Amino acid sequence: MEIKKTATAGTLESSDAYVVAEPFDTLEVDLTSVVYEQFKDEIISQVKAVTDALGVSKAKITINDRGAVDCVIRARVETALKRAGGEM
Amino acid sequence: MSKLISSIKEAVELCGIRDGMTVSFHHHMRNGDKVLNMVMEVIAEKGIKDITVNASSIFDCHEPLIGYMKDGVVTGIECGYMGAKVGRAVSRGMLKNPAVFRTHGGRASDMIKGTSHVDVAFVAAPSADCMGNCTGKYGKSACGSMGYAFADAQTADKVVVITDNLRPYPLSGFSIPEVYVDYVVEVDEIGDPKGIVSGTTQITRDPVGLRIAQYAAEVIEASGLLKDGFSFQTGAGGATLAAAKYVKEKMLAGGIKGSFGMGGITGYMVDMLNEGCFESLIDVQCFDLKAIESINNDPRHMEVSAEQYAGVSGRSAAVDSLDVVLLGATQVDTDFNVNVHTDSNGYIMGGSGGHSDTAAGAKLAIILAPLVRARLPLITDRCHCISTPGSTVDVVVTQRGIAVNTSIEKNRQLEEALKAKGLPVVDIKELKAIGEKITGVPKPIKQGDKVIAKVLYRDGTLLDEIHQVAGE
Repeated sequence: MEIKKTATAGTLESSDAYVVAEPFDTLEVDLTSVVYEQFKDEIISQVKAVTDALGVSKAKITINDRGAVDCVIRARVETALKRAGGEM
Repeated sequence: MSKLISSIKEAVELCGIRDGMTVSFHHHMRNGDKVLNMVMEVIAEKGIKDITVNASSIFDCHEPLIGYMKDGVVTGIECGYMGAKVGRAVSRGMLKNPAVFRTHGGRASDMIKGTSHVDVAFVAAPSADCMGNCTGKYGKSACGSMGYAFADAQTADKVVVITDNLRPYPLSGFSIPEVYVDYVVEVDEIGDPKGIVSGTTQITRDPVGLRIAQYAAEVIEASGLLKDGFSFQTGAGGATLAAAKYVKEKMLAGGIKGSFGMGGITGYMVDMLNEGCFESLIDVQCFDLKAIESINNDPRHMEVSAEQYAGVSGRSAAVDSLDVVLLGATQVDTDFNVNVHTDSNGYIMGGSGGHSDTAAGAKLAIILAPLVRARLPLITDRCHCISTPGSTVDVVVTQRGIAVNTSIEKNRQLEEALKAKGLPVVDIKELKAIGEKITGVPKPIKQGDKVIAKVLYRDGTLLDEIHQVAGE
């Protein structure tokens, strides 16, 4: 899927994540998280799972995570990417 | 004779404050306090260094302390609670000596036993006369109880009362008597009473908090303690206040006449007094303006010193007569130890206050906390900091289950009673697993080698040490 424009999903509420997806030359993930020390690897691997599944190889994904669990991370990233790709 | 002097500067000079001394403060103005900052500003201006600040609590309004730590004016902090702003600086290793945490009872008792010495105590007094009789019950900056300041006044070498409401001698309804006071200073403003209501003092509407509160009330009922003569302490947190609401409903429905409510007192406890749930309130500090009004007008609402509230130096303390206390936690471990000192990344953002005093004294100490907060499970193998030992904690209530500390013999019967009521009793290790199933297992946070704070138990013994946060 091609990322055509900038789109967002999620909120900055506790236990949620705010995700911005935008066009980019490579695939870059910029993660800020209140549980960075504890769950950084888990969060990154969830993002990879979503980009792989959607076939996204060029995008900048900026995540401001407020302690979202894995399924929320996946849902927010998927929604942001689909909006940015014009599929939603 | 008059003890009235012209300024805080004069007080600092007359008291002979010099390098290396300990000065003390109390926190009844809470996040509205101005006295600590005013005094420390004078001490810094005079070029005095190496001061230890012993304050019953440090709030975010005391942020100027960070600058004084950098400049070497302040090299030690002793307190019962430390808010996140100063706590973060201390956690980064900015204070020269390790901070010393005491419980509210332990702080007073260590002063009275002589193991904690104060050179000069500064008492923020909403009303005072020229000889130093003072009270917090009335005045434009009324804060209600001044419970934590009594031990400071009783034991410090010099005592300075700072007031913004100087009244004719003798002051009616004084709390701290003139016998302890050396000097009185009048200032424009000792604080902002609006700052007293800091933190949560509203009943939660969060369904998770309400579920926890409901379970906690069921636990109290099942314990058999909820009968005539019942005594109760609860904090100002949203879930504990909601639990108080359910307890109140059960008391009113059953016509139960309790004996006393205690603590930091909120308007909610005042309502319970006025609706006949209690005969009296025992108040070491007021959490809101309604409590302040009540302590000034209602003789059943009694001011109490920190020593009488929760100390170990007297022949007894009120916590020894307490039936049930509801307490919070940032972490609980599988041995029921509780952390209220540090956040999930190891930064100081709290302290015991009366947590471990009341847990030790009460017949039933219940911890209320959500099983998961922002992806961090409540329950861990070992708390980052032990604030309250598990041997004094009876029950942990979460929205997903209730764990009973059955290593304490008397709690086995309670566990059976909870099961019989159909409440979701689970082993604490199972509760830990339920939480981690939702969040995943967090990687342990990195700790530095340097000890930046010592946590003393209420008897003055070392309970735990807090290490510098690594990578800062």
